[in-house]
Amino acid sequence: MGSGSCKNLKEKVIKFIFSATGAIALLTLIGIFLFLFTTGIKSFTQVSAGDFFTGRDWNPTAYQEPQWGILGLLVSTAMITLGSLVIAIPLGIAAAIYLSEIARPNVREIVKPIIEMIAGIPSVVLGLLGILFLAPAIADLFNLSSGLNALTSSIIVGIMVLPTIVSISEDVLRSLPKEFREAGLALGATKWQMIRMTLLPAGLSGLSAAVLLGLGRAIGETMVVLMVAGNSRAMPTSFFDPIRPITANIAIEIKEVVKDSLHYQTLFAMGLVLFALTFVINFISDLIIQKQVRKYQW
Amino acid sequence: MVKNMISENNKQKIVFMIIRVAAFFSVAVLILVFIFVFMGGAEVININYLTKMWSHSDIRQGGIFPAILGSVFLGIGVAMASIPIGIGAAIYLNEYAKDNLFTRSIKLAIRNLAGIPSIIYGLFGLSFFVLFLRLGTSLAAASLTLGVMTLPWIITASEEALKAVPLSLREGSYALGASKWQTIQGNVLPHSWSGILTGSILGISRAMGETAPIIVVGATFFMSYLPTSPFDKFMALPYHTFILATQHSSQYAQEYALGTALVLICLTFILNLGVFIIRYKLRKKKEW
Repeated sequence: MGSGSCKNLKEKVIKFIFSATGAIALLTLIGIFLFLFTTGIKSFTQVSAGDFFTGRDWNPTAYQEPQWGILGLLVSTAMITLGSLVIAIPLGIAAAIYLSEIARPNVREIVKPIIEMIAGIPSVVLGLLGILFLAPAIADLFNLSSGLNALTSSIIVGIMVLPTIVSISEDVLRSLPKEFREAGLALGATKWQMIRMTLLPAGLSGLSAAVLLGLGRAIGETMVVLMVAGNSRAMPTSFFDPIRPITANIAIEIKEVVKDSLHYQTLFAMGLVLFALTFVINFISDLIIQKQVRKYQW
Repeated sequence: MVKNMISENNKQKIVFMIIRVAAFFSVAVLILVFIFVFMGGAEVININYLTKMWSHSDIRQGGIFPAILGSVFLGIGVAMASIPIGIGAAIYLNEYAKDNLFTRSIKLAIRNLAGIPSIIYGLFGLSFFVLFLRLGTSLAAASLTLGVMTLPWIITASEEALKAVPLSLREGSYALGASKWQTIQGNVLPHSWSGILTGSILGISRAMGETAPIIVVGATFFMSYLPTSPFDKFMALPYHTFILATQHSSQYAQEYALGTALVLICLTFILNLGVFIIRYKLRKKKEW
């Protein structure tokens, strides 16, 4: 009896330890938000939120009158995100269709891990290759003085988000019941007609969730844009302009700022903006995926 | 009618051809990346480059040994910070947790943590580990920062591994009168180690390749001594690559950046090879 209650106590202690480790994950997310929020929000005591979000000039170290507008940085982030998705969506969905519907199983076994390996290449390596090889090629091609611009970085970020879009889209397509395929083919449709008219519409919400997750990745990518996007704070006007997205701006300036200065606080406010954007995007894509999975569980 | 059918067939051929090209584009990209890095990087790598201290005046004289060591230490630090908690959380979620608000919030938190940009982890690490806990720009602070970032990957991978163990193994153990912990310890964990280990190692190797967070929490480009305690400053391969690629004045800098990148890729490749071996060795035992 004594050993029995001792055993019970041991079980309880073990359960408590495991639930504590689970709670750490939750506390981390809350902690990240709180640390960003408490520091970032202080910037709005000295800079109005209107100036911060709609100001076109970011020049915090100006001698006379510092400018605290992040609109140019936001536009840069939007350009890279858009540019990279224009590249990654068609390639990613096509690769997913190939893996799930066209490739023979043994080919799929090889190609799928290879595509996933792209996610394992350190981003600093892709940035380096961008500087050394892609940027000069782009500069030659379009007759530019420098190839470090929005276009070049969009191409590389597009390659980086490709594995995310491929692997989730492929999961979505494979989760569709095989009756969908059989019914389409039995009606005399070609395989492509079946894919286009049955699978893609049925998987549409899941595929859009895959794209959203890719979008979240593209917004948050730091190293490639830091190295290849050109680092100009001016408001971008075309994809051939050198630009500076939010992530790159934080990485460049955080090492130079004095702790608790207004500049330091505004960098945290930028982090808060990024956090909020990616949080909302991930939350929505999560909801969509769960719904899609439930829809075809029979 | 027949004509129409043929054109549909031709259409399919064309579309499938395009789809194949798109799918193999990714494969081509990966091959190109390796070719470029190997061709450019292999020239500068020799025994000196791998084993000597960094020389600030002439980069051709020195080596990147402190950066290699720093990255290895960082990998060990990340593993110590994230693997125990990651596995614990996965065991909780898969074996203990009931479907309630607490569990659902943990799961939601994990999925969202996985989507947070790495630079945000850097800001968190700077304000929490470096400044608030006063760890300074040290190995410990960087390991903890990257460890927090790696945590959701390890939890997800471990959960998958635990889920793959059939329920009947647990039921058999309970039927023999074993307690919950005895069941987990004796019948669940032994069958999921390979999945947990491979997921963890992959997570660590990704963390070792991360640059943005260690820019923020403060890696060092040059130090004249090797780190001996967790509270020392450190050099790291990805940061070294970054500085050589963008901020170094030497005319040889970019060549040497490729060399450093090659060493980094080889290091992650070795870890991935380890994963492959573990998978291969442990796969043979399972038969269900």
